[in-house]
Amino acid sequence: MKCGVIVFPGSNCDHDCYHVLKEVFQQPTEFIWHKDNDLKNYDLIVLPGGFSYGDYLRTGAIARFSPVMNAVIDFANEGGMVLGICNGFQILCETGLLPGALMRNESRRFVCRFVYLRVENNESAFTNACAEKEILRVPVAHAEGLYYADPMTLQKLSYHRQILFRYCDETGELTPAANPNGSLESIAGIMNRAGNVMGMMPHPDRCAEEILTSADGARIFESVLLWENKLVAP
Amino acid sequence: MIEAKIYITLKSGILDPQGKTVHHALENLGFTKVRSVRMGKLIQLQFEDGVGKREAERLTTEACKKLLANPVIEDYRFELQDMNANENVGL
Repeated sequence: MKCGVIVFPGSNCDHDCYHVLKEVFQQPTEFIWHKDNDLKNYDLIVLPGGFSYGDYLRTGAIARFSPVMNAVIDFANEGGMVLGICNGFQILCETGLLPGALMRNESRRFVCRFVYLRVENNESAFTNACAEKEILRVPVAHAEGLYYADPMTLQKLSYHRQILFRYCDETGELTPAANPNGSLESIAGIMNRAGNVMGMMPHPDRCAEEILTSADGARIFESVLLWENKLVAP
Repeated sequence: MIEAKIYITLKSGILDPQGKTVHHALENLGFTKVRSVRMGKLIQLQFEDGVGKREAERLTTEACKKLLANPVIEDYRFELQDMNANENVGL
């Protein structure tokens, strides 16, 4: 699977994503500069975490108008797989490829710690390697991670099983204490209606090997590979 | 020269933890008659000479819709002011 990791000015998890795809999963992977606009040869595009354009105006607001983003929109509309992590999730929401918005954490603080995620739908392109309701241990690191969408949008997300991850405690319970940023309905990650674009605030790229104290993040990349292989196989 | 003052505010009903924190601080300082605090942004755009009020209005609206405000969570409104009003009365 040919993977591309987009590099915006201010991206700082681009090398983490590259490492996981290239070294851990041995996939052909390239960096894509934000001024490029040809994504035709890729199967997966990753928008990494970071602080693109210094988070000026709103997180992701300026990156959304980077030249490469028009190509990402076309790529996604043609069914290409797009994964946005942290700042990448914020950019996908600003772009409109995913509904809702990421706002300042309820605590007003930058949150940097491991959290637990409950897999809410394990039949998607991004979660099919997970067990039903599996609990993953993944780190978050953000100041703007409060997921907001209007009630109608939340209903639709739930109805179409687009909510992939919710913040939970160790046992899988959704408690306020387990929600690191005040996200509505404890939402940590969602996908679009078509199921080929996913955004999540936690960092699977930072926990895809045992040496990092959790390898649970590998599940997400593994899911994408399994899905792609299923599509390629007759 | 025309200047647009754009006020960007969170839509009503959307939680504003920053405003809440400031409200709390004000209460601690004895400002007990403040009912609530909402925080927003002020953005000023200065237009090139020769841009008239109608064009400035159109450009400002477009800029707000395209970039400056996120319609999912924010509202915007703006005022236009002629900074050379003495020279351009009746603009």
